[in-house]
Amino acid sequence: MATIRLAINQKSYAVDVDPQTALLTVLREYLDLTGSKYGCGEGQCGACTVLIDGKAQRSCVTRVGSVGQKQVTTIEGLAHGAQLHAVQQAFLDAGALQCGYCTSGMIMSAVALLKQNPSPSESQIVDFMDGNICRCGTYPRIVNAIQKAAKAGSGSAPAKGAGR
Amino acid sequence: MSGKPHAELPLEPERYELRAAAPYRFDLGRRDFFKFLGAGLVVVSVLKPALAAQESGGGRQRRGDSLPNDIGAWLHIGENGKITVYTGKVEIGQDIRTSLSQAVSEELHVSMDNIEMVMGDTRLTPFDMGTFGSRTTPTMNLQLRKVASAARDILVGLAASQWKTNPRQLIAVDGKVKDTAGNRSIEYASLLNGQQLTQALSAEDPLIPAADWKVAGRSVQKIDGVDFVTGRHRYPSDQKLPDMLYGKVVRPSAFEATLLSVDTQKAEQMGVTVVHDGNFIGVAAPTSQLAIAAAKAVHAEWKAEPQTSNRELFDYLRKNTVEGQDVTGDGDRYEAGSVDAAMKSADHRLQQTYTVQYIAHVPLEPRAAVAKWDDDQLTVWTGTQRPFGVRGQLAEAFHIPEDQVRVLMPDMGSGYGGKHTGETAIEAARLARSAKRPVKVVWTREEEFTWAYFRPAGVIDVMSGARSDGTMTAWEFHNYNSGSAGIRTYYEIPNQRIIFHAVKSPLRQGSYRALAATANHFARESHMDELAQAVKQDPLEFRLKNLKDERLRAVFEAAARQFGWGRSKSAGQGFGMGGGYEKLGNVATFAEVHVDRTSGEVKVLRVVSAFECGAIVNPDGVRNQVEGSNVQGLGGALFEAIQFENGKILNGRLSQYRVPRFSDLPAIETVLVDRKDIPSVGAGECPMIGLAPAIANAIFDATGTRLRALPLAPDGLKSR
Repeated sequence: MATIRLAINQKSYAVDVDPQTALLTVLREYLDLTGSKYGCGEGQCGACTVLIDGKAQRSCVTRVGSVGQKQVTTIEGLAHGAQLHAVQQAFLDAGALQCGYCTSGMIMSAVALLKQNPSPSESQIVDFMDGNICRCGTYPRIVNAIQKAAKAGSGSAPAKGAGR
Repeated sequence: MSGKPHAELPLEPERYELRAAAPYRFDLGRRDFFKFLGAGLVVVSVLKPALAAQESGGGRQRRGDSLPNDIGAWLHIGENGKITVYTGKVEIGQDIRTSLSQAVSEELHVSMDNIEMVMGDTRLTPFDMGTFGSRTTPTMNLQLRKVASAARDILVGLAASQWKTNPRQLIAVDGKVKDTAGNRSIEYASLLNGQQLTQALSAEDPLIPAADWKVAGRSVQKIDGVDFVTGRHRYPSDQKLPDMLYGKVVRPSAFEATLLSVDTQKAEQMGVTVVHDGNFIGVAAPTSQLAIAAAKAVHAEWKAEPQTSNRELFDYLRKNTVEGQDVTGDGDRYEAGSVDAAMKSADHRLQQTYTVQYIAHVPLEPRAAVAKWDDDQLTVWTGTQRPFGVRGQLAEAFHIPEDQVRVLMPDMGSGYGGKHTGETAIEAARLARSAKRPVKVVWTREEEFTWAYFRPAGVIDVMSGARSDGTMTAWEFHNYNSGSAGIRTYYEIPNQRIIFHAVKSPLRQGSYRALAATANHFARESHMDELAQAVKQDPLEFRLKNLKDERLRAVFEAAARQFGWGRSKSAGQGFGMGGGYEKLGNVATFAEVHVDRTSGEVKVLRVVSAFECGAIVNPDGVRNQVEGSNVQGLGGALFEAIQFENGKILNGRLSQYRVPRFSDLPAIETVLVDRKDIPSVGAGECPMIGLAPAIANAIFDATGTRLRALPLAPDGLKSR
């Protein structure tokens, strides 16, 4: 057991936990940030994706002790108040979800993609997103949503106009 | 069973679920319920006996139990104008929270924002058998429309008596009643001030015809979509209670294993609750890591018998039938004409066998439950398609009356027919009882792969006969184990013998999106292509020659047009089709594949589906379901299969069990055939059934190789 200090969604946290514990477990169980989901526990499905210093990481296979003071962004930290991030808005507009369980991981991966490539081609989207599983099969809509967000000039800026 | 399946298959219950005991009681009598709701207007939907029997789990398995309750849904309009709809159906990603709100909004003339849907809470909502079998749209949608329409009429009536005027000159619009003759209007809420009104549904109440729908029939975004894209929505696995512990169950070494001995001493020293009750061993601890560690510290010895594996599966299925014990409830056996004679006199005869492996649902959210006891009252939040069924399971497991059990179902991370049972609910409740604190159990992916249930494997034998002009004359079809959904043929064949053979399944099996309709359509529609080839006809022409059903013909023709059937193809390219009828919907799917002759890689490049489900309520929602069915269907068609041996699952992880990903994605085009003259039916299952045969037929078209086993090409075609 150790006290781990974390910077999540621009807030500081201190958690008494074994450093070997998965970041996902700490987010969900200790900090009640349940937007990141458990899907497989082996980094295969992407439901637990968060940003660590802007890069998409699978939090279920990331040891909390390895995070240090890097900036962690979870789905809860993406919108600015009621104002949705452009990628969140695009997922809504494209109807890119059914049960929505994969959605937060999909959105976090998409945000990371658009950060490094603001106007990805369809095949670049497919390559980048291939580690995220949507069992409901909304892939075509997710591709569409990412293209929409790219057009809206997503980057890290929130969407224009208020979210709903 | 004739050539008119549409007319004869009215409402089809989910067969595999009929074995589960169905509870029949309400937690609250009507009187109590109205008290609970407080002032305002309550409109209750009373079901016709036939529908009540089906939706409430009556019908053939009633066996002398008390009659199922006859109430389908409630709608309450409060004094504040807030509309609350109570239905036992649940939201699992099919977006009925949205489409049912649309229906109410349409009939009641209120904004969807003013409607709250209370779903799948066994204390607050009317009994419902479960959310499966594509039942919500044809039954609940209709009930809610009727309830809402009745409520509107009552409100208009209230206004008329308040104004002492003729109700015919009053209209309901935008949450108000307006007088068309004068300049006055009054909000619904004001009409209900201080009143408590209840009304049972008038069955004759006319509904707004689909052609005049304003809200229904339009694409609407997921009603609470913002909660999902922000991570705010709390799925069953996200539920948390004060003082809650985390539970972990110690699993047997194999299926059907018996416990020889158990030593829990080490675990008990770790400061956790340890429960050993019969074959159940589990722990509950303040953190999930400690629960995992404590479960590992339990030393249990199990004894398992040798069991069937994939290698001998199909042989096993043929040899282990339990004729006369149809677990699917149908006892499907159909004969018409004289098959043997017709087969003998046919110009062309064909006999082939098709097989289907067990596959897993892999709902991205595994089973999860939080259980809490207050004295002898049990409350469980869990992800299930059958909250009332789980309530019954809990009551049975703990020997308590059902009215001491409340099951709540927060909108969950999908099910696809895979979450009809309450394993985690029972496990969490058992641990919570000993721990005297709330306990949460969330299955790992490996547990979900191993201890849930599978889509049934099957062997299907097909024998057919046709005249040289392509007229089908004889059809014999035997399905071993996979199920009887979609077993009947919609082609016009005078002589038929169709039999479902129940089998003692080596693995736990149950419902799956579209059930056996996928296997039966795969066999039938593959065989249709084989027979078309035998009589030297184009597969589409051959089908249409033997197909009278107009709705099915329409989707085949619509899909063929969109696909461009009849185009010439290049090397490695192949086109194929498959289609049919299931859960009252009609679908035809055409596929284009490319097979790389050197690598053996099979790539599905394009899929076109034409789908018809009566009057469409939410077009974009339907498209989403058709696309999703085709994407999910890719897995079962091409590569998904459970590997098992001696009571163990060998590929129970996502790194070992391949499901469709972005890179598997073909171009998908959906043609919606909107029939406003036909009642709306569900869209979650039927669209799946055409894909596997379409791909198999396209692979044959590309390569001349006929594949008759699902999955078709788990490792490409190289090994063949």
